[in-house]
Order: sequence, then C-alpha cells, then structure tokens
Amino acid sequence: MTTVNQIQDLTDKEYKWGFITSVDEDRLPKGLDEDVVRLISAKKNEPEFMLEWRLKAFRYWVTQEKEQAEPKWANVKFPAIDYQNMVYYSAPKKKPSLTSLDEVDPEILKTYEKLGIPLLEQQRLAGVAVDAVFDSVSVATTFKEKLSELGIIFCSFSEAVQNHPDLVKKYLGSVVPYTDNFFAALNAAVFSDGSFVYVPKGVRSPMELSTYFRINAAETGQFERTLIVAEEGAYVSYLEGCTAPIRDENQLHAAVVELVALDNATIKYSTVQNWYPGDKDGKGGIYNFVTKRGKCLGKNSKISWTQVETGSAITWKYPSCILQGDNSVGEFYSVALTNNYQQADTGTKMIHIGKNTKSTIVAKGISAGHGQNTYRGMVKILKGAAGARNYTQCDSLLIGDKCGAHTFPYIEVKNASARMEHEASTSKIGEDQIFYLQQRGIAREEAVAMIINGFCKTVFRELPMEFAVEAQKLLGISLEGSVG
Amino acid sequence: MSLLEIKDLHVQVDNNEILKGIDLTVNAGEVHSIMGPNGSGKSTLAQVLARRESYTITKGEILFNGKDLLTMKPEEAACEGLFLAFQYPVEIPGISNAYFLRAAVNAVKKYRGEDELDAMDFLPLLKEKMRLLEMDERFLNRPVNEGFSGGEKKRNEIVQMAILEPKLAVLDETDSGLDIDALKVVAKGVNTMRSKDRAIVLVTHYQRLLDYIVPDFVHVLVNGRIVKSGGPELALELEDKGYSWTEPETVGAKR
Repeated sequence: MTTVNQIQDLTDKEYKWGFITSVDEDRLPKGLDEDVVRLISAKKNEPEFMLEWRLKAFRYWVTQEKEQAEPKWANVKFPAIDYQNMVYYSAPKKKPSLTSLDEVDPEILKTYEKLGIPLLEQQRLAGVAVDAVFDSVSVATTFKEKLSELGIIFCSFSEAVQNHPDLVKKYLGSVVPYTDNFFAALNAAVFSDGSFVYVPKGVRSPMELSTYFRINAAETGQFERTLIVAEEGAYVSYLEGCTAPIRDENQLHAAVVELVALDNATIKYSTVQNWYPGDKDGKGGIYNFVTKRGKCLGKNSKISWTQVETGSAITWKYPSCILQGDNSVGEFYSVALTNNYQQADTGTKMIHIGKNTKSTIVAKGISAGHGQNTYRGMVKILKGAAGARNYTQCDSLLIGDKCGAHTFPYIEVKNASARMEHEASTSKIGEDQIFYLQQRGIAREEAVAMIINGFCKTVFRELPMEFAVEAQKLLGISLEGSVG
Repeated sequence: MSLLEIKDLHVQVDNNEILKGIDLTVNAGEVHSIMGPNGSGKSTLAQVLARRESYTITKGEILFNGKDLLTMKPEEAACEGLFLAFQYPVEIPGISNAYFLRAAVNAVKKYRGEDELDAMDFLPLLKEKMRLLEMDERFLNRPVNEGFSGGEKKRNEIVQMAILEPKLAVLDETDSGLDIDALKVVAKGVNTMRSKDRAIVLVTHYQRLLDYIVPDFVHVLVNGRIVKSGGPELALELEDKGYSWTEPETVGAKR
C-alpha cells in the first residue's frame, strides 16, 4: 500500500534540459504547402533531384492527409494534429560555417555545453565525433578531418546533398521510401537536416560517431533525416541523443533513419531519447513519431539497434531490420520508460528474407505513474528464409497501480525450417525486493534504481560505455520521487 | 545499556493481533534463541525488528542501542547495525552479488561518516568471507540470489552478515531448508561472528540449529507471547516434549 501512495510523488520529477536558448531564428511562417517545400529546398540550395523527390513525397502526403491516414493502430491517444499550425523550418540566423566552429553562435555552443555535449576540441579526449542538430539545421560536425583521412564521411545531411549527391541519390529512400507511412512522407517533404555517414569498404570507424538533436524554437516541428551506409566489411557505431525545452504545447518530431549494411558490414545504432516528456499532468511534451529502419543488404551483415527511451509525451517508433543478405543478423535492444502521462508504443520489425538470418529482440518496458507502455513487434520469416532464427524477450515492469503495460507480438512464418523463441514477463516492482535492499542499508530510492538497472541490464550492456552511464542516470532522474 | 530492549510490544496485521505483549532484553555479547511453533509470531518479530512497514505497532516500544527503533526507516536501522538474515532471501535479477554487497557496505559506511570502499579494497574482503562460508567465487558475479539453491541463499545471507558486521544480527529460520553439511557451514560462519560487541538472535522452529550454535538464552514464543525463558537446556526439553507443554495457559484459546 505504501508504495502506491508514495508513487503519487512521482510528480517531483524535473526535466533539467528544459531551458530555452535565445538566438535569432530564420523561420518560415506557419503552414505547409508546395511553396514551403520549394522554399526549404531552395534555402538549402538543393539539386533538382532533391526538390523533385520532396515534391513527390509532399503530394503523396497530401493525399494521405486528406484521407486522414495517420497510423491509428498504435496504442496511443492524442488530439488531432493541425499540420497547418506548425512551423516547418527554423534555423539559427547566424549562418553556421562548415569550416570552423568559431562562427557558430556562441549561444548555441553554450547550449550544447549545458547539455554536456563536448563540441570543442576537448572532445578529442572523449573519442566521440559529434554532429549537432539545432532545430532544423546542423550547426557543427567535429572530427571531420580526422575521419576523412580514412575515407569516412560524417557530415550534416545538407552538406552530403551538396558534396556527395550521388551517394545521397543512390540510398535516400531506399530503406524507408516516402510512401512508407504518413510521417515518413511528411519527413521526406520537409526534412531540413540530419546526419550522413558513409564508411568505405573495409574501414572500421575508430571512434563513436554521434549526433545530438535539440529542438529549441517554439511551435516548430523537427524533421531530421539520417542516412548511414556501411560498405563491404565496414564497421560503424553511431549514437544519438535528444532533448528539448519545456513548452506547454506539444511539438512534433518526425524523423527518419535509414541504415544500409553491405556484405560483412556492421552498423551499431544507439539512441538515448530524452525529449521533453510533458509535465506531471501530461501537458506539453514531444510527439516522437519516428521511422527507423536498417537494411542488411549484404551477406553476413549486421545491424544492431539499442534504444533507451525515457522522454517524449508520445513515442511511436519501431527500429527495424530487413534481413536480406544471407546469414545477416538483426538486433533490437530496448528500454522504454513511461512516467506521469507518457505513452509509448515501441518495438521492432524483423523481416527475414535471406537464408540463415538471425534476429534477437530484447525489449524492457517500465511503467510508472499513469504511463502506458506498449511493446509492438513483428517477426516475419519469408519463404526463402531457410534456417531463420529469432529470439524475442519482452519484459514489463510496473511501478504503482495506475500505469499499464501491453505487449503485441506478431509472428508470421512462411518457412518451416525457422526457429522462433518468445519469452515474455510482466512483474511489479516488488516490495520484498525493495525491503531486502533497504535492510542492507540501501535507501529506498537507490534500491528502486538498482532493481530497475538490474532489470535493464541486458540492454544497457549493449550501449557504449559513456552512454550506458548516462542512460542509468537518466532512468534514475526520470523516476525521481516515484517510490518515496 | 542493553543493545536491544523490547517493551510490551503489540503488533497487528490486518487487525489480527500477532504479537501480544513481548518483553525481551538482549545485551551485547549474547546469543538468544527464539523458538516457537508455526504461526507463533516469530517471523513477525524478526520483520518488525527490521522495520518492515506492513505491520501495525499498536503498543510498546523498542530501543536499539538506546535509540527509538520504531521511528527508523529500514535502511536507518540497517545502518545503525541491525541485520536480518531473511527466511526467504529474494532475487534481484541483473545485479551482481559483489556490486550489491559493495553498495550495501558503502551505504552503511556513508551513514557512519566513514570512507567508502572501492572495488579494489572490497573484493579481497568479500572473497575472504565467502571462503569462510565455503562459497565459490563464481557467486561474486552472479545476480543476487538468482538461481541459487536454498542452501546457497542461506549461506549468502551469512556472507552478507559477515561483511556488514552488524551489532545485532537476527537470523530468521536460517536453518530451514539446509542439509546437515550446509547447516554446519552456516553455523561455523555464525560462530565466528560471535563477539562481546555483537548480539545474535536466532529465530528457529527446531532445536537442531542450536546443536551447532549454542545460545546463552532460549525463549519460547507461543501465540504471540513469550511463555518461557531459560538456558540452552530449555531447547532440549522442547525437543523432547514438543511445544504443547509450554502453553497450558493458552489451551482452548483460538488463535
């Protein structure tokens, strides 16, 4: 009983990344039509093929919007979004220079410093190359030179369009076509920046590549697009982090991530998502409607997704793998936490096409307060996928008695030689466990944090070291006050 | 000053009175055994001492080291030096034994204003205690109690007691589920912990444990009351005659 009462204190939680940076913005008026799409493309000085692609996407999206074809199957509730009441492009006015960090608005650099993102040279020590996306544009990409010596391209999407149009043309939309879903179409029409990574044949990226996304401007949607291509035998580990200021209105974040792994290539993609989740009464917060998908195009290729989702009012995302190459491997490790009135509908799709393809899914959902947490996953074994294997484990942990955990695993098998394993569990955080730890001298809050960290262990150990530490802290903060 | 003073303790669970006026004084250096049949309130007493919150104290007081125990949180009682070896130790998946124990030791040290131990200092200490309880080192990295056999869990409790060095250790049915060899190992561990600065309270149903850990005092708890107290010979008498001979005054009273 005591836990339940103490859980009401969940509300003590504070979002410490909620500050607003004052920078001059170059922003379009609210609303979306073909002119806006043209204007965004023009502002970015894009080649013709990009504009055409955007326009096709936009026209498709318009038909979808007319039919109100937003995905409705997810287990989340929110009022209808007015897509005309939103700004689709906002950029800090001081034009960021692509050659030097010195020309970035110091206010923005200060913001990243506050967020703990080491943008300047000291980051060499951290061994992390960072691309920082502030509202709609990428403001700085570090370590570019060092990486380019190895032939690795790590830059903003806008730059890639200018400098590597052939690569962009070849792979853009090849994993997530603009017709994929409502939000993917919207993103394709209006996306303004994002990150681009290309790792050439046989190259192992010597450092973690990282993008930090920050929504700052009000009434602005953020639509970034990330494309990562790993050529034959290449390896890259990529991290992304996200925060946003506290604002009363909901803000839309509709990103698209595409990964392509060729023969024997490995892409490891880790996310710590901490968008503003809204206040204790569920007011405000980010709608995080994201399409992430990787294609294991080559044989023996591997794509591994690891995500820690603690933020956003609503999360709708399913980082997926298309296992096309023979012997390719897809992995999905996820921790999703919902507190207060947060809603998350997240999971993965593993599409087995090639022979002897293998996928692993480990999803951990934590619900507290009035949070609603849904795991939704699909494992599809196509006819040609002889010898395919899947292992799925979904565990839910409930804190308090006002939250919910839901699991929707879909399995579709068209090849009899496939082997599937599915394990699922739902448990309440046990008073017995908490008391046991307390009896050994560990304070109640720490006891709860420890139990939760233990619950998430199999996912955390997939994260790069510094990220794992950050993720653990984040879980602690997100649950502050939740158990008295 | 006595280490533990329980005065007229009345405890309810769901409006049922489980303990009906317990008086007990335990001094440092003493080993007490509380014996009684199932449902007599033994485990309730142990849990109340450890400050489990699901019990309602309707009357009485408990002084631990001169301080009011009943105002302490469980972790405060632990940091003040009260240890409970659980009858049913729980599993904490994903948290290694070594990590958990260091967190516990450091929580206590922090409470007492002492320097915390880093892993380098802590591990040798823990390994030494594990050897004492004949526990394999692989238990260091296994999640707390997960997949442990009953006997391993009980030995793990005593390892924790050894490393936390409490002033008062309450052992709740530590002998249950142990075979004779494991019982001897556990008893050896507990006996090494006996000292003039420490008191031990053994809560048990059977006399068997007391062959290996010989108490200074034995108390018989029946139907929420201590009905008889004496020396170790009382345990043997109980073994011989059963609990019924101790409860003439409660005959006919429905529990």
